[in-house]
Formats: sequence, structure tokens, C-alpha cells
Amino acid sequence: MIGLPALYALGGAIFAAFAIVGLAARRFGNAAFWGLLAVSFLLGDRLGDLANGGLALAMVALAGMGALKSAPVPTERPAQNYPSWKLFGPALLIPAGTLIGTLALRHMSIGGVSLVDPKQVTLVSLGLAVVVALAAAMVWLRAPAAAPAIEGARILDQVGWAAALPQMLAALGAVFALAGVGDTVGHALQPLLPEGSRLIGVIVYALGMALLTMALGNAFAAFPVMIAAVGLPVLIHAQHGDPAVVGAVGMLCGFCGTLLTPMAANFNLVPAALLGLDDRYAVIRAQAGTALPLLGVNIVILYWGAFR
Amino acid sequence: MFVLLGLGILVGGFLVRLNPLLVVAVAALATGVAAGLPLLKVVAAFGHAFNTNRYVTIPYIVLPGIGLIERAGLRERAGAMIARLKGASAGRLLIAYLAARQITAALGLTAIAGQAQTVRPLVAPMAEAAAARDTPPTEARRQLVRAFSAATDNVGVFFGEDIFLAMSSILLIRGILEGVGIVLEPLDLSLWAIPSAVAAFVIHGARLLLLDRRLRR
Repeated sequence: MIGLPALYALGGAIFAAFAIVGLAARRFGNAAFWGLLAVSFLLGDRLGDLANGGLALAMVALAGMGALKSAPVPTERPAQNYPSWKLFGPALLIPAGTLIGTLALRHMSIGGVSLVDPKQVTLVSLGLAVVVALAAAMVWLRAPAAAPAIEGARILDQVGWAAALPQMLAALGAVFALAGVGDTVGHALQPLLPEGSRLIGVIVYALGMALLTMALGNAFAAFPVMIAAVGLPVLIHAQHGDPAVVGAVGMLCGFCGTLLTPMAANFNLVPAALLGLDDRYAVIRAQAGTALPLLGVNIVILYWGAFR
Repeated sequence: MFVLLGLGILVGGFLVRLNPLLVVAVAALATGVAAGLPLLKVVAAFGHAFNTNRYVTIPYIVLPGIGLIERAGLRERAGAMIARLKGASAGRLLIAYLAARQITAALGLTAIAGQAQTVRPLVAPMAEAAAARDTPPTEARRQLVRAFSAATDNVGVFFGEDIFLAMSSILLIRGILEGVGIVLEPLDLSLWAIPSAVAAFVIHGARLLLLDRRLRR
């Protein structure tokens, strides 16, 4: 069964190649950072929890010391003028391949065993599409063998430490859960909730989802906290709100928060780096005008929908 | 109450602009220790979750392929193609992308597009080229169009994916409510994601039309 282990091996090999490019370019901080990530991908399941923690903290130390250089290495452009299909072909093979893979691989099995881990069909399809697109590009563009690693590292160095932030935030969420942060936030919110006020309950729940998501960078981490603190006791039990609306629209209030926070690095900081924006908060600024009115609309939907 | 120290560190660390990775790690260690856990146990818990969540970093595997075709001139070609298209504007192009992204995400196909695989190599250069047809591009205008390209991808995927029944957020909501004895059908949850999805399209779409007007000034 093809699943996450195969993807991690592919990812580890790619990050290792980026580390080698960093070494060759004498960018030792970058090489160490991507090298550690490669070790995590290739050997993480064998290292044990404490060693994985040490590895993550070593990456944090490199980033904290400012050891990563972000200025892109100048690249040599081929002089050749390629026909459009040779450029767009591989670029479209990635989404098209993922789509076809997702649809085709879901039900494929050999002797009763699924060919692909049913829970990871999309990511596995993405991995396969990436390999096929890369092979096609190599052949069609007659690129030198080292070009994919050099060009990929050029983009990833631009993203820098932010590439590892989502994974670190997931780890932070686990520590928060262990320490019982959710229950404590719930207790801290109780004085804000006057008995019997439906509207105030809805507003505390919706704004709480958005604000806690902004602090944690992830609506998935905020949801269990807010549903236990406000959603369940106040909106669903005391006020008899429709749990489907409280759950679904509450999560979407959190998504409004995701649009507003630098903690959601992969959505907000990484694109600013990928697109070479001078202001690292430019994407958040572009989103604020959508996220804030949308949060208001979600509060209205929640209020009317849950108490029809 | 001490365990809320971590939230304070997160907010404070950002305000004084420390490196976010550093802020997150310090917040995690401080929270664990404040809760009375031994330091090494906190590091182990951090490492365990870091390892089990590696899949969130998987999308960067597209970079070697994307970098290779960029080197061969993909971004310039994508821009040149849009520059020849009649009636194209940055706002209209991004509205079309918003609709496509919301619809495909609603069908569960969130991974077919994204910041690294479509926005940087295709959408942003196309939107920039479309904007350059109306007005001579300044660096500030170019950066604004790029920021809106990234924003449009995020809005599209966030407010489309929850309509898909098997999306992880739907499963999370269902799982948590089931844990307290409330059994919901995924369909109930995804139907209630539709009004917000429509509102997101209307609000962000209107802002993209305003972007066109702003670019023409």
C-alpha cells in the first residue's frame, strides 16, 4: 500500500538535494536547515520522540540565529525559446495528474488490499503527479540533471524558515493540549457570558474562534477549545441552537481568522516570500478587507441559522 | 492560569518581531513547564507531534518541477498569453480563478492548486500582465496585484473546501461533536458551509472589481 511513508521518502530525498545545493553554494545555514528537515522526513519514525524534539529545536535555533540566507541565487536561463506546450504541459500535469490520481486510485486494489492508503489518496496523487511532471519537464526541456535541485532550492530558500512553521505550530498545538490550555481558556471566557443572552453568546463564540485561530495559526486547534467553552454549553445546550450550524459556521469564523494572522505562515507569509513582496504582511493586508466583512456575515448566518 | 503564558508569548513575540519559529518553540516549552511537566517530556511531546505532522510540509515537493519550468520561461510566457487576450483584466482573471478554486475545493480537490504550484508560476504573472494592459505597471501596482493573487487562492480554498463531505475540517467537527453525544451527518455540516461560500465569493469578487478600478487610476 502506497501511503505517507513513500511520500516522506520522496520529500526527504528532495530536501536532501536542496541541502546539497546549499552546501555547494556555501550557504551553510540553509544546508543545515534543509538537511535536518531531510533527516526528519527520512528517519523521523526511527529517531524516537526526544531526538525528533531535539531536531526540531535545532532547526528553530538555526532560524532564530538568522542563519538562513533568503536572497535568491541567480540562475542561468536557457537561451532556447521553447514552444508553449513544453512549458504549460508540465505545469498543468501537476493539477491534472493530482485530479486523475485522486479519482482513479481511490478504489484500486490488488487482492483485496488497497493500492493506495485510502486516507492519503490526494497527497499520494500529488506525489505521483509531481514525479511525472518533473520527468516530462526534464525530457521536453532537455534540462541538465542538477537543474531541478538548484531551481527548487532557489524557490525554497526564498521561503526560508517559514516552510517549517506549520509543522512547528502543529507541535505547539499538541503541547497546548497536553497542558490543558483549552480548558483554561474556556474558564477565562465564562465571565464574558451573561446567562440567557443568545446574541452575546454567538458573538463571543464567533470572535473567540477568529481570535484564537489568529493566536494559534490554525482553526483546527481553536475549534475544540471554543466548542467546549462556549459552543456546547451556551449555544447548543442552554439556547438549543442547531449543532450543525454551530459547528460548521463556527469553523468558518476561524477561517476568517486564518486570513488575518502571520501565524498561518503557509497561507500568508510563504506566498509573500514566493511572490517577492517587500511587505511580508502584504497578503494579510489584501485579505483583511474580505475577512472582516465575511466574519460579520458569518455571525449573522450563525445567529439566524442556529436559532431558526 | 499559568498555562496561558504560552498565548502571551505568541502574541508578544510577534509584536516585537522575533523569529516566529523561535516564538513558537519558546511558547511550547514555557507552556509545558508551566503545566508542571518535566522539560524533557515537553521536548518529547513537541518532537512526537512534529514528526506525525510532517505531511503539512509535503506540498514543497512541487518545487523542483516548478523551478525547472520557471527557469525555461513559464512565468513570462503565461504573462504574454494573457496580454494578448481581449477583455482580460487583473480583477476579472482573479474572479475566474476564485470561482474555479471554490468549485474544485468543494469537490474535494484542494491539492490541485496552491501558492507554490499555481499562484507563483501562473496566476500571479497572468494577473500582472492583465493589469499592465490598462496602465503602465509601477512596482507598487505589481506587488498589489501579486498580493491579491495570493489572497484570492486562500479565500477560494478556505470557503470552498468545507462544502466537501470528506474534508478534514468536516470530519473534525463531526468527531468532536460525536464525542459529546451529538451525532451529525456530514451533509448537514457541509450544507451550512454554502451560505458563507457564496458570501465569500460576493465580497471578494466585489473587491477584485474595485482592484481593477484602483489600478486604472
